[in-house]
Amino acid sequence: MEIPYYPGCTLKTTAKNFDDSAFAVYKKLGIELKELPRWNCCGTVYSLTSDDLMHHLAPIRNLIRVEEQGADQVVTLCSMCYNTLAQSNLRIQQNEEERDKLNEFMYKEKVKYDGKVKVLHGLTVLRDMVGYDKIKSQIKKPLDGLKVAAYYGCLLLRPKEVCIDDPESPTIMEDLIRTTGAEAVPFPYANECCCSYETVSNKDIVIERTRMITQSAQAYGADVIITSCPLCEFNLDNRQKEVRKKYPDHVDIPVLYYTQLLGKALGLPLKSLRFDLNYINPRELFK
Amino acid sequence: MSNEKSVMERIAEANKPVTAGVDEKDIKHWVTIRIMGKAYRVPSDLTILTAMEFAGYRFVRGVGCRQGFCGACGTVYRKEGEYKLKTGLACQTRVEDGMYLVQIPFSPAQKAIYDIKKERYNVSTILKYYPEVAKCVSCNTCTKACPQDIEVMDYVQAALRGNYEKVAETSFDCIRCGLCAMRCPAEIVQYDIGQLGRRMYGRYGMDKPDHLKIRLKELEEKKFDPELDKLEKATKEELVKFYAAREREKD
Repeated sequence: MEIPYYPGCTLKTTAKNFDDSAFAVYKKLGIELKELPRWNCCGTVYSLTSDDLMHHLAPIRNLIRVEEQGADQVVTLCSMCYNTLAQSNLRIQQNEEERDKLNEFMYKEKVKYDGKVKVLHGLTVLRDMVGYDKIKSQIKKPLDGLKVAAYYGCLLLRPKEVCIDDPESPTIMEDLIRTTGAEAVPFPYANECCCSYETVSNKDIVIERTRMITQSAQAYGADVIITSCPLCEFNLDNRQKEVRKKYPDHVDIPVLYYTQLLGKALGLPLKSLRFDLNYINPRELFK
Repeated sequence: MSNEKSVMERIAEANKPVTAGVDEKDIKHWVTIRIMGKAYRVPSDLTILTAMEFAGYRFVRGVGCRQGFCGACGTVYRKEGEYKLKTGLACQTRVEDGMYLVQIPFSPAQKAIYDIKKERYNVSTILKYYPEVAKCVSCNTCTKACPQDIEVMDYVQAALRGNYEKVAETSFDCIRCGLCAMRCPAEIVQYDIGQLGRRMYGRYGMDKPDHLKIRLKELEEKKFDPELDKLEKATKEELVKFYAAREREKD
């Protein structure tokens, strides 16, 4: 089965390990991620300003690209892209006046967008379209004994209108972890913000958050953390080097994209999972 | 001094019809255009450039090849009764009745200086020299402004994700007229990004053609040096003779 796939800029640059591993994993499970032939930046952050329509052009234009393919759904993997596309879509579905304004501004586009495209996240595709039983049946190398903490961050869960699961107590990633034979380790900081773009201008606050989140996962016994957001991944993975500098007693914990963990359990070649691009070497985990 | 034309003579000369070989009284179709707000009656079969010359403007800058390749004659206009702002090259766009015209002969830009051999073939090079590319909101105004019908926004977006091949392929027809940059609300200079993209792709992305390797080897082996020496030492008469006897394609 083929699904139009919106990769987003980060998956084509610094999160190539997410993009590559996802292609391999979804293919193995019978889903062909078909990258849109034309796409632009999602808009990165959903604009909350009530009269700022300019920042909804980017997400809506991408949904027009989906319709140009004759499709009515699109899957994305990056939590940030998912959140921005889904929220802008919802806004346009609920506000006819804004929809007309945006369409009029984009008069060069052949498609007038009416809000009909469904924005899916890769995790819900695994749950709703592939099914956990099928995934379980495909596991070649069960991750028995491995303890995995699922880190959701903000953008998969908030606001509740675009949440991919229960916004307060999500289990979608834990359920996925269990299909691989690994043990899912819930921990209290799974839904806490990693401090996002503060990493650019206020690194210290991210160092503190990363320490708090990784140490909490370790305290609950986790060997590894999984996520679906490239910015969370960067903050939790790369910033551990600064945590270690500030707090010499810090013990590193690998951070993976959920597709990398799943790919390992499906027995996919290591090369396709691109562990070389994760900052903290996770290969020790699988020895 | 006596050989130089007076200002009045030069104006009179510039005012002559540029519709070669046609007398003004024989021109049947006229349109009214406005240049910086002032109305002029001009023959309807002129381009904006020749119409402005007809009206008395004399171009020293803001004109170049007159063939649509050099990008020196960017023009912005509106037509009476239409709100849309249009763009074109003055040498390639025919005048229409009710045009309000202004020339954009030059677009100021902070052109980056780089040594292509020292750059990394990924998105970091784009972001280092043109960080403002990240401000693109995909409004597509650059594409609307492009007189070459290039999907400008698409190549700016490709640059943002380090896809040099797409930048190079999409921006290939750019003539650097600057109209995209003049319209961009994010103050991006698209044409410089396209040029960096084409250079990077040419150096790191494209396959090196075999004939280039052969020719470079020939140059290293000084295969053509004797011929060059011969030309350098030739007298003017000999050069004329060589030129007349040169190998050439059929006309």
